[in-house]
Parts: sequence; structure tokens; C-alpha cells
Amino acid sequence: MDFNWLTTIIFLPALGALLIAFVPKLSARGVRWLAAVFTFIPLALSLYLFSIFDRSAEMTGVMQFEESVSWIPSIGANYHLGVDGLSLPLMILMAFLGFLVVLISWKIDLRPREYFAWLLLLETSILGVFCSLDLLLFFLFWEIEVIPMYFLISIWGTGRKEYSAIKYVIYTLFGSAFMLAGILSLYFTTGSLNMVEIAQGGLGMVQTAMPATAIFFLLLVGFAVKLPVFPLHSWLPDAHTDAPTAVSVVLAGALLKMGGYGMIRVCVSIFPGVAQEHALGLIILAVISVLYGAAVTLRQTDLKRLIAYSSISHMGYVLLGVFALGQVSMTGAALQMFSHGVITGLLFAMAGLVMHNAGERNLNKLGGLARQMPIIVVVFSVAGVASLGLPTTSGFAAEFMIFVGSFSSGVVPGIQVATILGVLGIVITAGYILWMLQRVFYGPPLKQFDKARDASILDRVYMFAFIAVIMGVGIYPAVLTDIIKMGIAPVVGLLGG
Amino acid sequence: MLNFELLIPELTLAATALVVILLDLVVKSKWWLAALSIAGIVVSAGFAIAMWGGDAQSIFNNMLAVDKFAIFFKLLFLVIAALVILASTDYVSKLKRFQGEYYALVLISALGMMLMAATTELISIYIALELTSISLYILVGFLKDPKSTEASLKYLLLGAVASAVLLFGMALIFGFTGQTQLGDIAATIQSMSLSGVLANPGLIVGIVLLIAGFGFKIAAVPFHMWVPDVYEGAPTPITAYLSVGSKAAGFAIILRVFFSAFGLPDWLSLDWGLVFAILAAVGMTVGNIIALTQSNIKRMLGYSSIAQAGYLMVGLATVGLATASDVAGQSGLLFFLASYTLTNLGAFTAIIAISGRVDSDMIKDYAGMGRRAPMLALALTLCLISLIGMPPAAGFMAKFYIFSGAVQQGLLWLVIVAVINSVISAYYYLRVVKVMWLGSPASATKVPSSVALRVALALSCLGVLIMGIVPGFVMKLAEMAAKLFVS
Repeated sequence: MDFNWLTTIIFLPALGALLIAFVPKLSARGVRWLAAVFTFIPLALSLYLFSIFDRSAEMTGVMQFEESVSWIPSIGANYHLGVDGLSLPLMILMAFLGFLVVLISWKIDLRPREYFAWLLLLETSILGVFCSLDLLLFFLFWEIEVIPMYFLISIWGTGRKEYSAIKYVIYTLFGSAFMLAGILSLYFTTGSLNMVEIAQGGLGMVQTAMPATAIFFLLLVGFAVKLPVFPLHSWLPDAHTDAPTAVSVVLAGALLKMGGYGMIRVCVSIFPGVAQEHALGLIILAVISVLYGAAVTLRQTDLKRLIAYSSISHMGYVLLGVFALGQVSMTGAALQMFSHGVITGLLFAMAGLVMHNAGERNLNKLGGLARQMPIIVVVFSVAGVASLGLPTTSGFAAEFMIFVGSFSSGVVPGIQVATILGVLGIVITAGYILWMLQRVFYGPPLKQFDKARDASILDRVYMFAFIAVIMGVGIYPAVLTDIIKMGIAPVVGLLGG
Repeated sequence: MLNFELLIPELTLAATALVVILLDLVVKSKWWLAALSIAGIVVSAGFAIAMWGGDAQSIFNNMLAVDKFAIFFKLLFLVIAALVILASTDYVSKLKRFQGEYYALVLISALGMMLMAATTELISIYIALELTSISLYILVGFLKDPKSTEASLKYLLLGAVASAVLLFGMALIFGFTGQTQLGDIAATIQSMSLSGVLANPGLIVGIVLLIAGFGFKIAAVPFHMWVPDVYEGAPTPITAYLSVGSKAAGFAIILRVFFSAFGLPDWLSLDWGLVFAILAAVGMTVGNIIALTQSNIKRMLGYSSIAQAGYLMVGLATVGLATASDVAGQSGLLFFLASYTLTNLGAFTAIIAISGRVDSDMIKDYAGMGRRAPMLALALTLCLISLIGMPPAAGFMAKFYIFSGAVQQGLLWLVIVAVINSVISAYYYLRVVKVMWLGSPASATKVPSSVALRVALALSCLGVLIMGIVPGFVMKLAEMAAKLFVS
């Protein structure tokens, strides 16, 4: 395996961004096609990697498609990439969303060159986060993502976009400031920046008495801001609401997953003991996120804000699954990340379409759109029921695994109570999703929306892709869980469970 | 043995300065002056590079050291001088008279900085420092308008006080050790007992006065009062020069003096290490918080440079707390200085290009530059991102490197203060970015820039990107330069 698959996948979008930004006299049409090509190839390549990923038992916990080149000898940093069962689905998720958001943004005509250049750079940085196995490289990609997001929200957003953009940046930098301190402490105590090596060496590599708990929490803060975990979530509704549709899709679909991924890959893998010790507190936060997020969602009257708040609640399940620390629950959490990425991606895309075609986003003013938008209503409803976890959708498979896994996980005492409370969140979810669909699409048709159009051909293409993935994973979740388990097994092994 | 050949880079620069002044009398086209200055710098840098491989030597009876540490800084100062001259050509061509003197003074102050990096003896330290400072006092007042004159006078008066404080500190140290050579001072101090020193606190007072005197040069809080006014009033290329050259020279001399003379015994170095740690924490916090409210970009970068001096002092604190054989602090500091130098020069070059055309230093007048001058705006954005310490720019690697050394010495608290400060700084740096890319332009006309400015900007931005993505080479150089102290 000599070809550098991962490098190619990660940097193709960046190359596309450079071409878009610097090739002179490019038409808006040319820009779009370039963006489509430079996001489609990574998607195709990542699907190819998925097909040749070695699923045999002896490859459990082993990184595949590894690349490692010495990068900064003075501090022992390597350009070290690789994917395992945990990161591969997330990489595919980003490549998938990366291509679809280009289609979703096809109609953008405000400064399209800059827009697509930033969008592609964003894709590169997120792909890089999921594939990096060196802490410095990981952190570098983690930080790069902030800049495209800032521009995308503040230039192409709506509403209080500049406020939301800077709020997003400050929150993220605040989290990553602690993460940097954590990474430096980890580097100092282990003398290594290699994530796999540190995790395998366990805390046996720690040479000094710097408390592992402190490092664990420094790192956790960075990931918790991103996931987000109550009470660090307040950037999320603003950023999601004011971002342009495509950016909301990436934000909810892939960016939040960086937090969950980091928790499993760094926090739990490297500090299993500390994770176990503090799991109860984090699970309580998870339950608060689930219930608080869901309750606040119920009260929203803005379509995008509603979906944004629902993410807080759904990411609470991820936190619950991760810190239940069981094989099934963590597999469920990883699947939930993928599933939520696709479902919420579709929800945001649909919300964007409704807003675009009806020119209205206030739930109290919308209504009766089912007549004008027969296709959108069906697709939006499918996304909605997937979000509330109806069987045959990926949402069901993921949440079911999390609940079963958490309930039966013997690692944390009292988790059954937390799980039951978490399940209550599903009931509220059903409430807000169905109520939202009702307020948007049903009721008497309103005169002012008579001219509202339905989905265009292009819209139907990405709708179909989203639904195929949601139903595909929902009906046959093993397609993903088989490889996720390979990534989770070594982590669970560390916990001795 | 006088070994004049080891002084060739400095002699070349001095000769270039003299020729530039003479040439000014005869040539009509003043571009020749800039070209000649650059040529002199390149030749001087060539000599300096050729010396890199040689062993560390002392010349003039141990007054000057020719070691990798000195050569690293000499190259840094030459790069700074070259970029400042490139960035000045536009600016200077507006002056009616004294263009030759301008370039010559830039060269002479660079000469002073190069000597500062090499001196190992108190009196020559003072002379090199004054050579740099006096040229800079004149350059700051070069515009001869009220603001520039006021800046120059302020700089001169406060600088003179700082020099007096420094001299007094040196006198005390000489009084209590009887030596002016840094090495001899170190030997004398190590022969003293702790109780002996505490009974005669004059030595400690001397060290404190040295910190104050040098603190003025590097704009460390609370010796920073001159910074905003001088930065605002000085010609912008000279502001850039002050913000990197004079600061780097200050750090060079502090490293040399404190490590060579006061590096041992441990109780002494722990003490000044902690002093610098506290100055660092206060400096970056004060600098960043005041910068938040600035509306003039030169003043904003002035306060930002105070904050950056705070980050740099994290390196000094690390040096103080580390054992003598651990060079993580020094090399982190050198790398940070190199990164900060290129970044700040890049930012100022972009500001010279933009402000020169819109005729204003106010941040609000930068509105819409993303459309009026996309390349300038992109370059300035990159430099500001580097100042925040975000990838893919040099500032990111610099912070990672310098803070990793600090964490190793148990300065996690200081690193946390520093990273939170970076978050605060993001707010005001990004405000400029926001105005440039989101604001609506005051007019649709493009903002042209001269070739020299574009070359200077391209070189700095290239350096910023290279040091941000593949910093291995410069880190290696910094490490080699830092090892001087160990042998």
C-alpha cells in the first residue's frame, strides 16, 4: 500500500481551494464545477478505502493506510496519518457532506470564489482532524478549521452573523487553549506526540507526577466545547442559526463530531482510569444536555434554531454512550455521531430549502406548505422521524445501541437511572419534531406561499443521497458497526471491561 | 590577537552606511541608496553565514563573542534591516531631504543590534545599546511633524532614563563583583555564599535595575509607557523596525547577560526566572486588554507588541528555571523571535502599503480592503492570524515550541495564562480582519502598491508560512544557536 491515500483525500479539497482562489478569470460556474470535482474525488476515494478496509479480526485496533514522515525532528512531531474503525466512518461522513454541501450551495452567488475556497479548506481541516495520529498535527488541523468558519458565517450568514461568528471563534479558541495546555502537558509527561503510542503505552509512559486528572480535564474542555456539552454550548445555537445552510450542514454534520471523536481517541484511550473515575459526573452532564437541550428545543420558533438546539440533545447521547464506557455503548456513540451527521445534515438542508423557497423561517408564520412542496415534506419528514429514532433509520440503530449499552454497562454505578432519564429525551424529541413538521407543512394552505416552489432536480439528487444513507445504515447497521467495533475494542480493552 | 576578520559582517555594514551617505551627495535617483544598502546587507549576511560553521571565539580581549548565538541574531537583524529598507523605499521617496541619512541610520542601528548580540562585557553592552538607541531616536523623529517630533522626544527622554537605570545597575554589579566580563562576574558570584549576598543586597538591586533597563528595550510592562505614542508618531517603517529589531536585540542581550552572568547558582536563576514569569503574565494581560480598545492600527500593534513581549518572556522564565544543560527555553525564545519578526514585519509592510494610499491609520478606514487590495488584505490576514498563534502560520509553531519548554519547567500556570491571552488577542486581531473583508469599501478604486513593498511582503509571508508548516530547519538553527551556552 504505497499510495498515500489519506494525504490525497485530505489535501485535494485544499488544492481545489487554492485553484479557486488564485486561477484568474474563473467564472462562477467554473468555480462550482471545480469545487464539485475536488470534493467528489475525495468522496469516491474514501468510499474505495471503505471497501478495501481490512476487516479481519487480527486487524482490530490497528491503524490502516498509515503514513508517517518525520515532520519536526526537534520536537519529535511526525506527519502521521492513519484510520481505524473509529475514524474511517467519520472521514467518510465528512467527505460525503463535503460533496453534498457543494451541491447545496450551488445557488450561492455572493462572492462565490471566496465562498467555495473557504468551504473546501474547511473540509480539508476536518478530514485532517479525523486522520491525524500525531497530537501536534491533530491540533493544527483542529485550529485551522476556525478561520474558514469565521469567514463563512460572518460573510454569507444571516441575522446577527458577525456576532455569531466571533462568538464561535472565541468559544472554540477558548476550548482549544486548554487543549493546547493539555497536549503540552501530555507531551511533557510522555515525551511523545504519537497518539497511538501514548494510548498503548498507557500511563506507564508518564514520567513525572503531573496529575493525570488535570491533563484529562484540560483536554476534555477543548472537546466539550466542540461537542458541545452543557454548560459550554451557548455558541452553538447562534452559529448554526446564522450560518449559511451549507455551513450549518457541515457544522452540525461533521464539526461537532470532532469533539466526540477527540473524547474517545484522546481522553478515554489515553486516560481510561481517569475517565472511569469521573464518568459519573460526565454522564450527569450528558443527561442534562439531553433533557435541557430537548426542553429548550420545544420552545423554539425559528426553524433553524430549533434544529440547532436539537443537536445539543443528540450530542448528549454521544457523551452518555462514550462515558458509559461499555463496548456496545461506545460503538453506539460512534454510530450516533455518523448517523446524527447525516440526519441533521439533511434536516438543515431541508430547513434551508424551506427558507429559501418560502422566504420565511418563523414557525408561527409558516404553515400548509405540504401542498406547494410535496417532495420536501416527505424528505423533511423522513429526516424528522430518523432524528427521533424510528426503526429502519440510522437514528434508531444508534440510539438503541447507546441505551442498551449504557444500561448494561457495569462500569459506572447508577448508570441505569441516567439511561432511563436519557430515554425520556426521545419522547421530547418526538414532540418537537412532529410539532415542527405540523407547523411548517400542515394546516390550511396560506396565501402568501402560493408561489413557493418545490425541490429542484439538483435538490432531489442530494436528498436521495442523504436518505439512501439514513435508511441503508438503519436497515443494516452492521455495515458500519462491524468496523466501528474494531476501533472501539482496544479502548474497551484498556478499561478492562 | 585582534582577529579583525571575525568582525567582517559588522565592518561591511559600517562601510555600507558611510558609502550610502556619501553617495547621497552625488546621485540623483535615490533608488540607488536603497539598492546599495540591500547589497551591503546581503554581503554582510553572506559573511555571517560563512562563519556559522566555525567554532565559538572571543575577540577584543573577550569583549565580543563570535558564536552561533551571535550569528543567529546577526542574520536576524540583517533580515530585519533588509525588509525594513524594502518597505521604506516608498515612504522615504516622499521625503525631500536626508534620504541617504535615513538608510544609513537604519544600517547603523542594525550594526548596533548586531554588536548587542555579540557583547559579553558590560561596557561594550552599553555602547552597543546606545549606538542602536541613538540612531533610532533620530529615525523616530524623521518626519519632523508634531507627532513624530513628540514621539522622538518622548523616546529620547524615557530612553535616557532607562539607560541611566541600566548604567546604575551595571555600576552596582561591578561594585559588588569587581568584574565587567560576564564570565568573570559569573565566577565571582558562584564563589559568594548565599548569606554573603543577602547581607549586601546591592548585587540583587543591580540585577533588578538591569531588568528594568532592558525591560524598557523589550517593552515589558511596567516599562512600556513609551510604546503607543512612539509607535503612532514614528514613520511606519521605523515603527516596524522598533517593534522587531529593538525588541529582538533586547532579548538577545538579556539572554546573554542573565544566562552567562547570573545563570548559576540555582537560587539566583530561579529568582530572576520567577521575576520574568510574573512580568510575562502581567505584560501579556495588560498589552492584550488595552489593545482591545484601540482604533488606530499602529497603536493596536504597539500594545500587541507589548503582549508579544509577554509571550517571549515565558521563554526567559523557562531559561531561569531550567538547568544549565536544558536549552528548550533558549531555542524556543529564538524561534519565537524569528517567527514574530517576520510576522510583525509582514503586518507592518501591509499597513505601510494600505495606510500610505488611504492616508489613514484608523482601523475603520481599512473597510473593504478585501476587495480594493485582495493580496494586501490576504497577507495582512495571514500575519494577524500568525500573531494570534493560529495555524498554518509561524505564530502557531512558535507558541507551541516556547510553551512546551515552559510546561517542562512546571510553568503550566503561566502557559494557561498565555493561552487564554491568545484568545483575548484573537478578538482585536480579528476585528481588523473583519473590517477588511466584511466592511463596505469607501471607494471602489484599487489600492496599488510598489514593487519593493510587494517583494518585502511576499518574503515575510513566505517565511511565515514556511515556519508555520515546516519549521524543522529554523528550529534546528535555533537549537544550535542556543547550545552555545551549554559548552
